[in-house]
Amino acid sequence: MKLHEFQAKKVLADYLVPVPQGKVAETPAAARDAAHALGGKVVVKAQIHAGGRGKAGGVKVVLGPDEAQRAAAAILGKPLVTKQTGPEGKVVKRVLVEKASEIEQELYLGMLVDREARSVVMMASSEGGMEIEEVASRSPEKILKEWIDPVVGFMPYQANRMADGLGLAKDFGSKLWELGTNLYKAMLGCDASLVEINPLALVAGGFLAVDAKVNLDDNGLFRHPKLAEMRDKAEEDPRESRARDSNLSYVGLQGKIGCMVNGAGLAMATMDLVKLEGAEPANFLDVGGGITSERVAEAFDILMDDQRVEAILVNIFGGIVRCDVIAEGITAATRNRKIDVPLIARLDGTNVEQGRKILEESDLEVTYAANFADAAKKAVEAIGGAS
Amino acid sequence: MSVLVGEDTRVLVQGLGKQGRFHAGKMIEYGTKLVAGVKPGSAGTKILDIPMFNTCETAVRETGADTSIIFVPAAYTADAILEAADSGIRLVVCITEGIPILDMVKVHRALDGFDTRLIGPNCPGIISPGKTKIGIMPASIHKKGNIGVMSRSGTLTYEVVAQLTALGLGQSTCIGLGGDPLPGTSFVDGLELFQQDPDTHGVVMIGEIGGSGEEEAAEFIKAGGFTKPVAAFIAGRTAPPGKRMGHAGAIISGGKGTAEAKVRALKEAAVEVADSPALIGHAMKRVMEARQ
Repeated sequence: MKLHEFQAKKVLADYLVPVPQGKVAETPAAARDAAHALGGKVVVKAQIHAGGRGKAGGVKVVLGPDEAQRAAAAILGKPLVTKQTGPEGKVVKRVLVEKASEIEQELYLGMLVDREARSVVMMASSEGGMEIEEVASRSPEKILKEWIDPVVGFMPYQANRMADGLGLAKDFGSKLWELGTNLYKAMLGCDASLVEINPLALVAGGFLAVDAKVNLDDNGLFRHPKLAEMRDKAEEDPRESRARDSNLSYVGLQGKIGCMVNGAGLAMATMDLVKLEGAEPANFLDVGGGITSERVAEAFDILMDDQRVEAILVNIFGGIVRCDVIAEGITAATRNRKIDVPLIARLDGTNVEQGRKILEESDLEVTYAANFADAAKKAVEAIGGAS
Repeated sequence: MSVLVGEDTRVLVQGLGKQGRFHAGKMIEYGTKLVAGVKPGSAGTKILDIPMFNTCETAVRETGADTSIIFVPAAYTADAILEAADSGIRLVVCITEGIPILDMVKVHRALDGFDTRLIGPNCPGIISPGKTKIGIMPASIHKKGNIGVMSRSGTLTYEVVAQLTALGLGQSTCIGLGGDPLPGTSFVDGLELFQQDPDTHGVVMIGEIGGSGEEEAAEFIKAGGFTKPVAAFIAGRTAPPGKRMGHAGAIISGGKGTAEAKVRALKEAAVEVADSPALIGHAMKRVMEARQ
């Protein structure tokens, strides 16, 4: 789960990470008041779940309340297109108004789980303000890494080594250790999968988190109900948002073939087969193991609601999942609502006969497939062949 | 022979809720030696005729269990894995999905101090057809034979095993590595084990986007660490970057972990990579026949 910048900064501030003074505003007038209260030069920043806001005109440094109001009016309520949002952009509903600081130098500091090392890695770079992936591909030697042992945490010698590598003055070793330790505590404390300060500014002999990004591990959210409330549904693909509410594993895509599959690997493989047959999948959907017919019905309804979908492909290899539960869900979803696209089904495994029987006794028109390659082929034929 | 497990493997179950009970029953049906269940406060009782114990330690002492299968909810799984390890269990098979990643970071650090192998989490388990099944996979699709199978996905493995069996290619051992980002057993670990097993004549690897386990396996094969025929499939060629595709570990991040890169690495290691998931069995058959 992604947090907005203002949420991330609030979380980090709770762990004593220094962040600029600021206020969130949802109207130009509120932005004006915020600028007035803060005084002097302020920064007006669009709050959306995407990076690249600065280059796209979503971040403005202004002098005083009048300019802050104008800057907020220019971005609030309008879509902001950055290189991470896609061409349609994301509508800005809030701005963060912050006190501007005299920045001496910009650094990068981030933390995430290194899959190969099976531990948390702290990364720092003198290339502050640039995307870390860009630095990694262009000049990887500029990224300093320290792996954190969960037994002892971030050690002072590691902070010294990092400060030295960044070319910072002598007393910054202990300051970086304090900051890194607090950042690590924040990561553990909220089960974050990523914590990033970019840029991390040097101001008046100390550090300041000018921007902040926190991604939470969905698997850890059960321990943090307050953080879970920070979810912003408006930032999500409406299809994904609805699926998430029903606890379904769904990813929206741009193709025409809606897919319903059990198991993540099989779901990906089904999408791959659709692509091999010359078409594109409309979604990834894994109905998972402990599925009920009600949730199958909800999943099927999400597929039927998708305007992109021109055919629905159901691929079930029943193990824990029973084919009859899937069939019941599909018939329930189509009881009060006519399905207006072709339905192609491949059912195999547990209770396949019962599943077929339920579908056959319904009014549904189903094209059955013998195996999963055949299912993908028939689905692509149903939308008029490869595009 | 088989790898990691066999007829004599003595299994204890941690987590006998609805799912745990169902699958424990299926394992007993298969012939698995399920010798103990662990649940605090249950000592002296029986579930499905399995003697219950309060702790892993007493269960191991009294039954000689050497392997554990875990079904406990994600919030308690880290504790369950380490309890098993601390009780002398040598192989922990973790079925549970949804464990917080930072819990697993701690678990891996702690496991460094034990002589215990972890399979999973978020996996279907391990089966050596005809000998023992320690997992949730449907037994009927398997057939005893000489192909080793390793996979990051559950249902896709069933699909592939069904293909192998239909082509007459039985399996020596099928290991579900799991869909999490920090698996206990990697493709390289599996290749090392299968290399040592005289009854495994070839291996199928089923990978997916995310991480670098497949690339590391390719390097291992290239360096001569594994000399038997290998066929592979990588799921997720159509997956967009930055999106978690169901499995916590199936995500392309920072341009890394793409299907293309994995396919390229495996092909460079002379692995037969199937383009279609429907043709993985055929790919294996082809490489087996080419070696003869």
